[in-house]
Amino acid sequence: MTGDATGAAGPPGAGWKRLLRPDLFVLGLCAAYAALVGPFTPGFFTVRNAENLLVHALPLFVLASGQTVVMITGGIDLSMTSVLALSSIAGAWVMTPSGPLGGGPAAVPAALALMLLAGASVGILNGLAVARLRMPPFIATLTAMTFFSGLAVWLTQSRGIGPLPAGFNALGRLPGAVGIAAAAGAGAHLLLSRTILGRWLYAAGHNPRAALVSGVPVALAVALAYLFSGTLAGLASVLYTAQGGTGSPVLGQRLLLDVVAATVLGGTSLFGGRGRIPWTFLGVLFFKLIDNTLNLLDLSHFTIMMVKGGLILTAALLDTLRNRILESS
Amino acid sequence: MSLLRVEAVSKSFGGVPVLRGISFSLDAGRTLGLVGENGAGKSTLMNILAGAVRPDAGQLEWRGRPYAPRRPADAMRAGIAYIHQELNLFPNLTIAENLFLTAFPRRWGLPLIDRRGLHRRAAALLEEAGLDLPPDLPVERLSAGERQLVEIARALGAGAALIILDEPTTSLGTREVERLFDRLARIRSQGVALIYISHALEDVLRLGDDLLVLRDGEVAGGGPRSAFTVERLVSLMVGRSLDRRFPPRAGRPGGETLLEARGLTRRGVLRDVGFRLRRGEILGVFGLMGAGRSELARILFGLDPCERGEILLEGRPLGGGGPRPRIRGGLAFVPEDRRREGLCLDASIADNLALVSLRRYARRGTGWLDPARWAPAVRAIRDAVRLTPAARDDQPVRTLSGGNQQKVVLGKWLLAGPRVFILDEPTRGIDVGAKAEIYRLIRSLADGGAGILFISSELEELIGLCDRILVMSHGEIRAEAEAGGFDREALLRAALRDPAAPPGGGDRP
Repeated sequence: MTGDATGAAGPPGAGWKRLLRPDLFVLGLCAAYAALVGPFTPGFFTVRNAENLLVHALPLFVLASGQTVVMITGGIDLSMTSVLALSSIAGAWVMTPSGPLGGGPAAVPAALALMLLAGASVGILNGLAVARLRMPPFIATLTAMTFFSGLAVWLTQSRGIGPLPAGFNALGRLPGAVGIAAAAGAGAHLLLSRTILGRWLYAAGHNPRAALVSGVPVALAVALAYLFSGTLAGLASVLYTAQGGTGSPVLGQRLLLDVVAATVLGGTSLFGGRGRIPWTFLGVLFFKLIDNTLNLLDLSHFTIMMVKGGLILTAALLDTLRNRILESS
Repeated sequence: MSLLRVEAVSKSFGGVPVLRGISFSLDAGRTLGLVGENGAGKSTLMNILAGAVRPDAGQLEWRGRPYAPRRPADAMRAGIAYIHQELNLFPNLTIAENLFLTAFPRRWGLPLIDRRGLHRRAAALLEEAGLDLPPDLPVERLSAGERQLVEIARALGAGAALIILDEPTTSLGTREVERLFDRLARIRSQGVALIYISHALEDVLRLGDDLLVLRDGEVAGGGPRSAFTVERLVSLMVGRSLDRRFPPRAGRPGGETLLEARGLTRRGVLRDVGFRLRRGEILGVFGLMGAGRSELARILFGLDPCERGEILLEGRPLGGGGPRPRIRGGLAFVPEDRRREGLCLDASIADNLALVSLRRYARRGTGWLDPARWAPAVRAIRDAVRLTPAARDDQPVRTLSGGNQQKVVLGKWLLAGPRVFILDEPTRGIDVGAKAEIYRLIRSLADGGAGILFISSELEELIGLCDRILVMSHGEIRAEAEAGGFDREALLRAALRDPAAPPGGGDRP
């Protein structure tokens, strides 16, 4: 986390060990995986597939960026999937033709604002529960996930809301989606690497007591991390909803493992204090690469789940091994 | 025949030699005092004996036979117990459970714990270790000294013939130290050998039959106790004579009051504590464990609440709001436990140094950090505290020695430019050379106009460094002395004196 800020030369570890840095390591994994599995996967090395891969990686990257920020404080945000659903139906309700602003010129902007607001609201609740009431993040956000997932289904009687304006759906496709994801990623990266709040977040994750003694407003910083991740989950909901073309109360129900796995694959520590957005991007890329090849191989859903689990386990093992080598030096 | 013989043992980590040709021997029932600066190789040597590290070269002999432990369990089975500085007890379990964690007495040979047998055997061990406590008391209710004795009881229970003690007295009060030494003498008379590691050289001289001094991974000196004095030990440890450990006092500080406390009171902790700290002054606070020194520091810095009393920083009263308004007002606090409260151990040196004064590196009035201003400030402060030049700015603080870690804590505060420093045991667990550097740094801060509240349980350094000393006992200030009029015995007596009326509460937290 100091590299760019201190101007200190060189990464930790010299020579070949440089290859074990999280970013280069995961990049290497991606390349190795593509080289090994690509040739046997029909339609893998095509422009269409690359586009497809990117489009599907972008919303996950937005989610994982928020998750990275929370994990750096030593917490975890399990409520992201419920934000996806809640934002999705809230936005869709506003802009669908039969909705309150149906078809009007203000419909899409209002829907976007509402979707982000929904995410931010859940984020604030999580932040208060964790920072003010000192609830364990796992419990606080698990409770929020359960409640808001239920709320989304209850409000809609589990029906999807559509159709959505074409202008909105375009946000999920290539130029728009890249812009949104890039803005979210850049925002998260700058927050972490270039702001005082960013330093507070890392310090709170490393050692909250020492941070407090050093004058860091730990509770405020932690609460803001959850606010940030909730808002990004709302933004990710924009991408997913646009890609799906309907507001869905069950959007993202299967995504929880994906977000956590991709973030941790990128080298973010579950214990706090370590993680960077570029690493997370590569973690997401690797994760979606696996997803993509397995889909192209036309395996059954259950086989895909098993293979995915195995590959994530392997990557996590390699990561542990890598850390052991780095620490022994 | 020696109990333990170490023959030309060497060890390198990543190509850096840590131990070079170490040899010594130890007989049953004798005590070896082991001293050396941090990083001299003491821990590595002990880890080799305890089976946690394997030597690159050399032989070990235990009871006349070759000894090559491959893991700590091997060493334990052979009869070598290593009691670490940070005790390895489980606070949530009872004393008895901690004692038999690896070998619970079983019932009928089944994996069922024989509670009664456990209790009986634990009680016997506790008696042997000199602890008059019920075996079913949770360890978290024990004082540091009592926990130390539980560790010793555990070693005895495992049938140890050699017990290695690493800095056992750092968190003990004077009375607890006496109790520990008393017990160690008794254990020794039963034929158990001890290796005693400590920076408290008087203690090492008192306990050790033989002494071994390590410097830079080599034996710098060794032999029977009679051949050593504290001065000789120090010069062997640092390789030069350190007759001027304490910097000279500039003169009588007589400036205006920087920090004033009036009638600070908190039930069971502090009673009516008041003092004035002047510009350019180093004001010492002496007291035994539990006298309320650290509690005073925490209340002054806004980390703990206070029921009555006033704190004035340069004449302005400080209210609640925790440390932040105090830091803004120019107060700095070096906590007693640097690993728990002083540092983010896994963060880099640069990040730790900048943490308090982040706002200075931000573009004016915003939260955006300006990396360009960062590096020169870090470099300057590294020089100011004389941090080891070998460390890179992006190196995790965890990898530094204790002395260098403490320099990072001091540097972090220096960077914020405070006018009043509260230092709680700033030299605890730090080697002699680094201590001298920290004393010089503190004196130069005072000479530069800062006020320093220096809390310590080492009378030696208080007398050597301070302009004035307050003595605390049972939450009250009991005595005060000025430089020139320091009387070692009087200060110690004041610290030991029993209270006329205790402010309530016991020794246990």
